Amino acid sequence: MTQLIEGRTGSWEVVIGLEVHAQVISNAKLFSGAPTAFGAEPNEQVSLVDAAMPGMLPVINRVCVEQAVKTGLGLEAEINLVSVFDRKNYFYADLPAGYQISQYQQPIVGKGRLLIDLPDGSQREIGITRLHLEQDAGKSMHDQHPVLSYIDLNRAGIALMEIVSEPDLRSSEEAAAYLKKLRSILRYLGTCDGNMEEGSMRCDANVSVRRPGDPFGTRCEIKNVNSIRYVAQAIDYEARRQIEVIETGGTIDQETRLFDAGRGITRTMRSKEHAHDYRYFPDPDLLPLVLDPAMVARIKAEMPELPDQRRQRYVQEFGLSAYDAGVLVGEKETAVYYETVARGRDPKVAANWVTTDLFGLLNKTGRTIADPPITAEQLGGLLDLIADGTISGKIAKDVFLILAEEGGDARSIVEARGLKQVTDTGAIDAAIDAVLAANADKVAEYRSGKDKLFGFFVGQVMKATGGKANPAALNELLKTRLQG
Amino acid sequence: MALDQKTVARVAMLARIKVTEADLPGLATELSGILGWIEQLQAVDTSDVEPMTSVADLTLPMREDVVTVAAQRDAILANGPEANESFFTVPKVVE
Repeated sequence: MTQLIEGRTGSWEVVIGLEVHAQVISNAKLFSGAPTAFGAEPNEQVSLVDAAMPGMLPVINRVCVEQAVKTGLGLEAEINLVSVFDRKNYFYADLPAGYQISQYQQPIVGKGRLLIDLPDGSQREIGITRLHLEQDAGKSMHDQHPVLSYIDLNRAGIALMEIVSEPDLRSSEEAAAYLKKLRSILRYLGTCDGNMEEGSMRCDANVSVRRPGDPFGTRCEIKNVNSIRYVAQAIDYEARRQIEVIETGGTIDQETRLFDAGRGITRTMRSKEHAHDYRYFPDPDLLPLVLDPAMVARIKAEMPELPDQRRQRYVQEFGLSAYDAGVLVGEKETAVYYETVARGRDPKVAANWVTTDLFGLLNKTGRTIADPPITAEQLGGLLDLIADGTISGKIAKDVFLILAEEGGDARSIVEARGLKQVTDTGAIDAAIDAVLAANADKVAEYRSGKDKLFGFFVGQVMKATGGKANPAALNELLKTRLQG
Repeated sequence: MALDQKTVARVAMLARIKVTEADLPGLATELSGILGWIEQLQAVDTSDVEPMTSVADLTLPMREDVVTVAAQRDAILANGPEANESFFTVPKVVE
C-alpha cells in the first residue's frame, strides 16, 4: 500500500525510518544507584557516577538489561548473548562525562519486526534494525535566565533503549501506526511507560523522498518531536520541503533538522554540523555484557500476551471483527476493561458497549479508560439485566448514563426507579386498551388498510408504559388486538 | 596512515583541545607515527583469536535494581564551576 505524493513533475515516494528512545522502567539508573522517578526537585536524583566525578565507575543494573531483553523478545528479535558498551563522544553541558555510554557495533538486540495496524484492519510488517542500551543525558533549560542555561542531571544516566526501524515506512500515517504499535507493545511488556509528553518516549525521524522504484534519496533526520501527531506533521512537512527543493533543481543535504511545533515546520539545526563524528570506542570501564541463556529463556517463558496475540484471540474466541479487536487491544487498560465486561457474558455485546457507549462517554467527559466514569463491573451488571430480560436495550442506555452520573449498581437503579421491563401481558393489555380507546379514528383507518399506523400504536403503548414494555410481547399483543 | 595538519586540527577541535598553528606539524608527525605502529600490529593475522577484553578472566559485574543514593544536591552542585541553589549554570547554549 504505497502512498505517493504528487509533485509538479510527477509522483514521489516518501521513505521513513524511525529511531525511538524509550526510557526503561526501573527503580535505579543504568549504571548507578540513583532513583529514576519523574518529577523530583532538580539535581536531587544524581549520584557521583551520573555527575561523572573522576574515579567513579559504572556498574550495570541487572533489571535494565532484562528489560532490554524482554523488549527484544517482544519485537521478535535476535538477542545477542554478547554485546559491548562504547563511548559516544560529544560535548554538551548536560552530558557531564563528555561521552554517552552507548552500544555501537554490538548491540544487545539485533534484527526483529513489528506489525503495524492499517486503517482497513490489515497489518504490515516493519523491520526492526536493532535495539541498544544507552544512558540518557541531563536536561538543559534555556528560558530561565538571560545569559545562562540551567542544567538538571536527574535524567542523566537513566537507561534508554534506542529502537531503530528499517526504512520501511512509506507515509506519515504508517509512521504514526508504527509509534502507536511500539508504544502499545512497550506498555504491555511494562518496559517503558510510553509517555511522549513527559519525554519517556522520544522519536527522531529519518525522511527522504525518491521516484517510485529509484534507490533511496538523501535523508534528513528530524529531532525533537514529542507527540505522535507532531511526528506525522513533521514528516509531511519535510517530504513536501524535499520535493520542492529537488523539483526546483536543488539537492538535499544530509543534515539534522529541528521540528518547530509552533510553526509546523522543520529547520536546520546548526550546532549539529560537526556532531556526527562521535569517535566511538569500547568503554574501558565496562567489560562485554555476556547474557546467561537461562536468563533469556526465563524471560521468554514469562512473556505476557502481546497486543497482536490478544487481537487474534478476540477474533478467534470471541468472534469480533479484526477492526473492533484492534481497537480493544491497543491500550492494555482497555483490553483489561473489556475482558472484565465480557467474562461470562456475550463478548460481541460487550465489545459493542465498550467501543460505542463507553468510548463515547469517555470522549464526552474527557476521562480515560484508567479512570472511567463507569467501572467494568458496573457495566457488566448492566449487561446482565439486558441478558435476563429485566430491562430493554433502550432502557439500558438510560441506566448507563445514570450509572455514569450517580454511580451505584444497575440492578438497584432499575429497581429504585421502576425501570423493569414489563413482560406481564395483563399490564401491556391495559395500556393497549387505553391507547386504542383514545385513538378510535386511527384504529378505524388501520383496519381499513393503513398498515403504516402500526408504528404509531407501538410508540403510543410504549410511551404509556414508560418505555418499559417488552418490545416483542407488545408487538405480538398489539397485532392481535388491532386485527379486532 | 599519515595524518595531515588539517585532520589534526579537526581532531583537536572535536576533543576541545586548543592547539596552536605552530604545534600542528609536530603533532601530525607524532600521531602519524602512532598510527603507523598500529598498522604494523594489524598486519598480524588474528582471524582465529578471540578479542581480548581484559587481562583477567572477569565477567561484567551487575548491580541489583535498588536505589542506593539519597538526594545530595548541594554536594553534587558544589563540584561544578557555577551553580545556583538548584541547577548547574553554564553560559547560554541554545539552538
